[in-house]
Amino acid sequence: MSEAVPSSTGYWKKNQQRLAPWLFLAPGMAMFVIYVLFPIIESIWISFHDWDGLGDKVWIGLGNYVELMGDDSFYTSLKNNVLWLVLYLLSIPAGLAVALFLNQTVTGIRLYKSLFFFPFVISQVVVGLIFTWFYAPDFGLFSKLIENLTGQQIAILADERFVTYGIIVAGLWPQTAYCMILYLTGLNNINPEQVEAARMDGAKGIKLLWYVVLPQLAPATFIAMVVTVIGSLRSFDLVSIMTSGGPYGSSQVLSYFMYEQALSEYGFRMGYGAAIAVVLFLIMMIFITLFIVRMLMQERNS
Amino acid sequence: MFPTPIQKASPFAQTAYKVVLPLALVLWLLPLIGVAITSVRPASDLAAGNYFGIPSGFGGVENYTAVFRDSPIGLYILNSFKVTIPTVIGAVALSCLTGFALAVYKFRANLLLFFMFVAGNFIPFQILMVPVRDMTLKAGLYDTTLGLVLFHVAFQTGFCTLFMRNFIKGLPFALIESARVEGVSEWRIFRYIVLPLMRPAIAALSVLVFTFVWNDYFWATVLVQGQHAMPVTAGLYSLNGQWVAAWHLVSAGSIVAALPPVAMFFLMQKHFIAGLTLGATKG
Repeated sequence: MSEAVPSSTGYWKKNQQRLAPWLFLAPGMAMFVIYVLFPIIESIWISFHDWDGLGDKVWIGLGNYVELMGDDSFYTSLKNNVLWLVLYLLSIPAGLAVALFLNQTVTGIRLYKSLFFFPFVISQVVVGLIFTWFYAPDFGLFSKLIENLTGQQIAILADERFVTYGIIVAGLWPQTAYCMILYLTGLNNINPEQVEAARMDGAKGIKLLWYVVLPQLAPATFIAMVVTVIGSLRSFDLVSIMTSGGPYGSSQVLSYFMYEQALSEYGFRMGYGAAIAVVLFLIMMIFITLFIVRMLMQERNS
Repeated sequence: MFPTPIQKASPFAQTAYKVVLPLALVLWLLPLIGVAITSVRPASDLAAGNYFGIPSGFGGVENYTAVFRDSPIGLYILNSFKVTIPTVIGAVALSCLTGFALAVYKFRANLLLFFMFVAGNFIPFQILMVPVRDMTLKAGLYDTTLGLVLFHVAFQTGFCTLFMRNFIKGLPFALIESARVEGVSEWRIFRYIVLPLMRPAIAALSVLVFTFVWNDYFWATVLVQGQHAMPVTAGLYSLNGQWVAAWHLVSAGSIVAALPPVAMFFLMQKHFIAGLTLGATKG
């Protein structure tokens, strides 16, 4: 390796380790900056304008936000988002319960586990269609069930009082499957010695679960929290498929409200839509920041 | 092991468990079973009000034939493949590179860039909607599968980078060190030492991204309008509007739309779960 090398190669050889990461990063970062980073900034910029998507943008400062503060639909969406967030968290204990139920070694249990996971693999569009059909008044299976239980017929998706709950139940189905798989993996990796030692000391049942097993499942619980919170705030598909936000906008959530305003059939209101998106973005940034801070602490420790 | 293995319980409890298990599964999958049965139900059953009872005959052939013959679902499925497969290849390829860069090199912006990718993965789609739609329109890619592919590649790169970076961090760094001592170039280290070890991560990400992108509905409605480029999720919803109350057709269509990711999951189950549960065990 002693032959003369051109000076450019010499520079490359010397600085290779400093330059290489940037070359490896360039294509992925370019795509990410163009399609994610830049659009976020642009959305914030657009939210200060009145814009129909075609003509010129007109600067209106905080106009869109002021309008938002007086918009009843905004508060309905916000209220529903909170409802989604709180009720969606039920998928975590539900997923844990299913995981505990399935964490056995009997014949065929592997197949059972994957079949229980099924709802998560199929598209939310399909989930939405299935549940719409189950909720259908007169013949839907759930409607029949409710009719038998309560003695009255309720058209869940057409009733302002129940519609959001009906959609959330549909969402809980795949989300519970997701949390279940996280917990099954977690249960696979708990320290059997600690559990046995606690058993020797007479701990069992709920106490054993609470004091010995759950602390060991903390990483799984954390991931489950993150994906569930994010998932609940991102809820769009089910609302769009099952009710299109109706009846009378009562099942709106911010993500759907934004979509509807921006691409409304009465004319595009891109600026107003962008303002709604910014509000949703800020709400989610709270949770994203918490997540990042925790990851950062892990990085520092490792 | 927790809970206590059922083998240590009383014979009665063991039997009870074995009985409850299939029952619970049927209950859990009841919505899906309902759809599967309806998809093979003769149309006459629905007219007669037999929605959830035992089908009067087997109408599967007619229903599925009708779905493919009378609706563009075949085209929608093809479009979904045209969006999904290039996205998988693009996002996995890009994230092999970014993941390698962030896992192997120490430089000041490293963590900052890493967390930028992580955060990007969690933001709401709506904050991107207006600019991305506008950009796609201006580039002449609105209403094309390519427009969807480019967006999905960029967005999925965030998640994939997180995954790849953590995977490569788990590889023995000594391998790279000793190759450097031997004078192997950085590119060759990546290509011939690290990349062959990344096969399990590539497999896991491929199935995950395939499922995510196949099931995407939001972008399919924002970036596509016409049939010729519409993926099956958006297509199925528009068909649902046409097949009013024709639940046997809606069901058959749903099964067709759900099949590719389900098949993918079953074929690559181990990788799929390994990918999804990343981080659920340690930390």
